[in-house]
Amino acid sequence: MTILSVILVLAGTFFFFSGTLGFLRFPDCYTRMHATGKCDTLGALFCLAGMAVYTGFSLTSLKILLIAAFVFFTSPTATHAILRGAFSCKIEPWSKEPEWLIDAEVRRDGDDLGT
Amino acid sequence: MAGFFLAISAILGILVLLCLYRVVLGPGVLNRLIGASVIGTKTLIILAFMGHIFGRIDMFIDISLVYALLNFLVTLAAAKYFERKGSS
Repeated sequence: MTILSVILVLAGTFFFFSGTLGFLRFPDCYTRMHATGKCDTLGALFCLAGMAVYTGFSLTSLKILLIAAFVFFTSPTATHAILRGAFSCKIEPWSKEPEWLIDAEVRRDGDDLGT
Repeated sequence: MAGFFLAISAILGILVLLCLYRVVLGPGVLNRLIGASVIGTKTLIILAFMGHIFGRIDMFIDISLVYALLNFLVTLAAAKYFERKGSS
């Protein structure tokens, strides 16, 4: 049971590390959201599952699984809300060919907040 | 086993410091908002580990639950503010 808990916590730490690496290295705020939104959700889920396995069957492990379910629902919701705010502020997405997603009128007055 | 949880907490603390670089120096407001959300999630996990380190998991898990609620509400309120500002 302890070995399973160690494996789950190490997997969660790996996902946290890769999410932070993407958050530091990606060129745009949309791509940074793409990195952190998925990797943080999965890392928190794995870490909390490993902690619930280590705690054993009690009310505390039920609370830990409740926190895991809460994070699993609310972290993508928060990422989606930030992305709606960014798209409503008309921030231009990073791309090699800048003609394909947002039209010219949006792109002309788009960079008041930076990317 | 408490030493293992302490080591994982130290690694997560180093990752929080790396995210703090993007929060302090990152260009624009939205990068700072994403960084604050990421740091909140990592702090939740560190708080839950700290319950096993100190041996009082039943007390620390309530703090962690409240922290998850507060992190979600802060991110949602800031994103709603940006959406309303952008549409006007």
